[in-house]
Amino acid sequence: MLRYTLKRLLSLLISLAVASLVIFVVIEVAPGDPASFMLGMNAQPETLAALRSELGLDVPKVQRYFAWVSGMLSGDFGTSYTYRTPVIDMISGRLWVSLPLALYALVLSSLIAFPAGIFAASRRGQAGDISVMGATQLGVAVPNFWFAMILVLVFAINLRWFAAGGFIGWNNGFWVGLHALTLPAIALALPQAAILARVMRSSLLDVLGEDFMRTARAKGLSERQALWRHGLRNALIPVLTIIGLQFSFLLAGSIIIEQVFYLPGLGRLVFQSISARDLIVVESIVMLLVFSVIMVNFLVDLAYAVVDPRLRSRT
Amino acid sequence: MKRNLFIGSALTAVFILAALISFVWTPFDHAVLNIPNKLQTPNGTHLLGTDHFGRDILSMIMVGARTSIAVALVAVGIGMGLGVPLGLWAAARQGSWMDELIMRGNDLVFAFPSLVIAILITAIFGAGAVNAIIAIGIFNIPVFARITRGAALSLWQREFILAARVAGKSTGRISVEHILPNVTNLLIVQGTIQFSLGILAEAGLSYVGLGAQPPLPSWGRMLADAQTMVSIAPHMALVPGFAIILMVLGLNLMGDGLRDYLDPRLRVVRA
Repeated sequence: MLRYTLKRLLSLLISLAVASLVIFVVIEVAPGDPASFMLGMNAQPETLAALRSELGLDVPKVQRYFAWVSGMLSGDFGTSYTYRTPVIDMISGRLWVSLPLALYALVLSSLIAFPAGIFAASRRGQAGDISVMGATQLGVAVPNFWFAMILVLVFAINLRWFAAGGFIGWNNGFWVGLHALTLPAIALALPQAAILARVMRSSLLDVLGEDFMRTARAKGLSERQALWRHGLRNALIPVLTIIGLQFSFLLAGSIIIEQVFYLPGLGRLVFQSISARDLIVVESIVMLLVFSVIMVNFLVDLAYAVVDPRLRSRT
Repeated sequence: MKRNLFIGSALTAVFILAALISFVWTPFDHAVLNIPNKLQTPNGTHLLGTDHFGRDILSMIMVGARTSIAVALVAVGIGMGLGVPLGLWAAARQGSWMDELIMRGNDLVFAFPSLVIAILITAIFGAGAVNAIIAIGIFNIPVFARITRGAALSLWQREFILAARVAGKSTGRISVEHILPNVTNLLIVQGTIQFSLGILAEAGLSYVGLGAQPPLPSWGRMLADAQTMVSIAPHMALVPGFAIILMVLGLNLMGDGLRDYLDPRLRVVRA
C-alpha cells in the first residue's frame, strides 16, 4: 500500500508540475503586455519600464516561472495587476461562494441520483425503470445555464420563493446563505444527477448478476434485503469514483452558473480578469481548478486501493 | 432498440436539414432589426416569435444551428484526427515509454475541464467560434485516444493479428489495416456522444461570451440575450433552450441506438 501511495504521489507531483508549466507557458505567449495594457497606448517608455519592473515582468521568464511556483507553494499567488491586492485574498474571498456551491450541488445530485438509480435498477425493464431512464436522458440534454434561467423564471420571478440572483454572504447566517445558493445548486446538480443515476443503475445491475447475490438470496434473504445488505455496498465503488470526478466539474461548471445568478464567485472573477488582462489572476484560478481535479483524482485512486486490494499490486 | 435510433436520427436530421436550408432560405433575414415588431410571441407570421430587436427567432435558430453543428463537428474531427492515431500508437507499443507518455498526456488534458481550456485560450487569443472549436477539440483528443487504445489493446491479443504479424506486416500497417476497421463502430458511437457534448459546450461558451461573436448567430448567445428579457418574453429563452435540448437528445438517442445496432456488446463509457 505504501509503495502504491508513493507511486501515485510521484505521478501527482509530476502532473502538477507539468500542468503549472503548461499554464505558465500558455499565458506567457499571450499577446499583449499587461503593463502597456494598464497604462494605455500613450504611456512614456520610462513609466512603462518602471511598472514592468514593479510587476516583476522584466525578470527572465524561467526565473518568473520558478518564482510563481515557489510563491504558490508558500500560499503567495502574487499581486493582481489591476486591483493591486494579493491574488490569494481575491481568490479565497470568491472560494467562499464557489466551493460551497459545488459541494451543495454534489450533495443534491447524490440525493437525487441514489434513490433514482436504485429504484430503476430494482425495477429493471418495468415502467418505473423506463421513466427514470427517460428522465435521465432528458437531464443529460438540458444545458444547466438554461435550466437555471427557467428556475429563476418560475421560482424567483413568478413564485418569489428565492432571489433571482446575487449573494449577500454568509454573515447573515448559514441558512440565509444556503437559501441564496439553492437555485444555482439545483441547476448545477441536475445534469450531474442524471449521469450519476445512470451509473448507479448500471453498477447495481452488474452487481445483482454476481454469484454472491445469488448466494445471499439462497441463504433466505429477500430480494430487497440482498440488495440493501450486499448489492448496494459493492455497487458504490464506481459510483464514488464518478462523484469524485464530478466535484471538479461542478467547480468548473459553477463558472457559468455564477453568470446566470450574478454570484460573486470564481467564475465572475475569472471573466473580469480576462477582460482586464489581469493574467496573473487568470493563471492562478486556472491552476487552482486544475489542482483540484488532479488532487481529487489522486484521492479517488487511493480510496479505490483501500476498497479493492487488487489494485495496489498494479501500477 | 431500433426506436431510439429512429427517433434520434429523425431529430438530428431535422436540425441538420434546417441548418442546410438556412444557407439558401430562411423565413426572414436573421440579421435585420425590426424594432416595431419586437418581442412578439409565436404567431402566424413569426412562427417562433421575435426577439427584443424584432428579429425572427425561427430564422435565428436555423442559422444558429449552422454554428452549433459546425463547431461541434469540427471539434469531433480534431478529437478523432489526433486522438485515434495516438490511441492506436499507444496500443501498438503497449507498456513502452511512448504508451506511458501518451496516456499521461491524456490524463493531463483531462485535468483541464473544457471550460477551463476555453478560458485559457480566450485569455490569450480572444473569444470566437474558432477558439471555441479548438477548446472543445483539445478536450476531445484524450477521449478518443483512451477509447481507441482500450479497444485496440484487446484486439492485439487476437489470432488474426498474430496471423498478420506472421505474414510479416509492420505494426503500423496492422494498426491501420486490421485494428482501425475493428474499432470504427466504437468510434462512430463515441463520436455521436462527443458531438452532443460539443453542442452543449458551444452553447455554454457562447452564453458566457467566449464562443461565437456577433453577428454570427448562436443558440448560446440567444440565451444570453434572453436572460434579461425572461420575465417579459419567456419564449426568447424557451425556444433556443428547446432547440439545444432536442438536438442533444436526438444525438444521444442516436448514439445509444447505433451502439445497440452496430454491436450490442459494446458498452461506451459516457464522459
